[in-house]
Amino acid sequence: MTLRGKAAITGVAEFKPARYTHGATTLGMLAEVARDAIADAGLEMGEVDGLITESFAEAPMFAPATLVEYLGIDARFAEVVDHGGATGAGMVLRAAAAIAAGLCETVVCTTAARREQRSTDGPKRSANTGWAGRRRDRTPYAEFEEPYGAIGANFGYALIANRYMHEHGVKPEQLARIAVAQRYNACHNPDALFFGQPITVDDVLNSPVIVDPLHLLEIVMPVAGAAAVVVTSAKRAKKLKGHAPAYILGAGEHTTHRSITYAPSLTDSPIRAAAETAFKMAGVRRKDIDLASIYDCYTITVLISLEDAGFVKKGRGGQFVDEHNLQFDGDFPLNPHGGQLSFGQAGIAGGMSHVTEAARQVMGRAKGRQVKKCELAYVNGNGGIMSEQVSLIFGRDA
Amino acid sequence: MTQADSAYIKPLPEPGPVTQLFWDAAREGRLCIQRSKNTGKYVFYPRAVSPFGPNDELEWADVSGRGTVYSYTVARRPTAPQWANEGPLIIAIVELEEGPRMTANILGCAPEDVAIGMAVTASFEAVTPEVTLVQFRPAAE
Repeated sequence: MTLRGKAAITGVAEFKPARYTHGATTLGMLAEVARDAIADAGLEMGEVDGLITESFAEAPMFAPATLVEYLGIDARFAEVVDHGGATGAGMVLRAAAAIAAGLCETVVCTTAARREQRSTDGPKRSANTGWAGRRRDRTPYAEFEEPYGAIGANFGYALIANRYMHEHGVKPEQLARIAVAQRYNACHNPDALFFGQPITVDDVLNSPVIVDPLHLLEIVMPVAGAAAVVVTSAKRAKKLKGHAPAYILGAGEHTTHRSITYAPSLTDSPIRAAAETAFKMAGVRRKDIDLASIYDCYTITVLISLEDAGFVKKGRGGQFVDEHNLQFDGDFPLNPHGGQLSFGQAGIAGGMSHVTEAARQVMGRAKGRQVKKCELAYVNGNGGIMSEQVSLIFGRDA
Repeated sequence: MTQADSAYIKPLPEPGPVTQLFWDAAREGRLCIQRSKNTGKYVFYPRAVSPFGPNDELEWADVSGRGTVYSYTVARRPTAPQWANEGPLIIAIVELEEGPRMTANILGCAPEDVAIGMAVTASFEAVTPEVTLVQFRPAAE
């Protein structure tokens, strides 16, 4: 069975990223952005029969049922996706699969990150209670890595970057150019966290090194936000009024490790197989892609993703960045919304922003940052430390 | 050992039935990991089942403690608040001579001296009376 052309994204909603929320609940945010996406698709609640949510701290169990009840949805398919940054793309893959299998017809996929400011008086509370993965667990990771300060994600991507530099070589200014191009894009997106704040390669290289060799401006900024999409059958998508759908032409997934310590390779990621599956399913070539919407928690992530997704040979990523203009108005448009580096990383919704942006671009609804002739888009979601990978291909036509 | 050790604030491993033997060995200054009974191939971290196949079992064996730095980073800013009062921290993936990779800190090494491929040896660092962490130091010339 193929998913090619069986389903489409018809509704998109996203909150403008903000440093903090003020008295918000994750449940409320998940529901609100889901409702907005359903409205964007021109549907009533009763026309939605599927729901996919992320795992969130307020509902460690029964999260899908909680949201189904809260929104008043009669769901024939409801589940949680637990793929870190790849969750958003993974939701779309699962929604398309459920629709193609005939389990349901219209699925809302919702993600959100609340971020309450730490109180200065009274007990300290976690700033981000919406991201269940931030709590200490009882995994091998907690036992064999956390005691060594291997905490968060910065260190892991730094390990990847240093190994990549050792094996293949990339100049710091080449990595910096990725961040600069995305900031240019963000300056054309009033919703981006860093709208109106252009940067240069020197700004990136002069920003403090946080973990060798990564500079501050090569690292995402955590924010609050939310993003949701509605995935429906191609049959129903054709009847959509108001705007064009973004058809799902290809999807692929690959996971090989949780911790980068035990990854088969630090520089050759599971993206390769995920992208290969997606491109094969879609039946399109790399050179046919008009837009790359690639998970960008760090600049090195983008470089390795471009290689493993097949846009350039392994080891030539630095040269690719030199030879191509990655701006939305350039010859290889990358993350027109600014990427998470400049749009902001709203927890799991940050990963979903690559889905919403690719859908908006294919629908022709990206306003001042619209990529010209955007008929085919490649999306990659990346979870953990180059761990879970989900690739998607969207098209204007089924 | 210093006085501060009695108030060790960093995350500690919480050994379970499958991993206890590893931590017991570390306390005795031994690096003891698992290997395949069928092929002798080593694996880290300790597990209840072999990742090498359904008809394989794992057995414990002491290993050399020799390895090389596979990759590293120097955390110039603390990765967690518990490290806030320390200088730059070297976090590395060490590839053991026997094959598996482990995460550890490289101790006794200036940040500017650490390099991929550098030879290191296991160093057993008692951080509390119960817990000895397996760390690595540059190998003697």
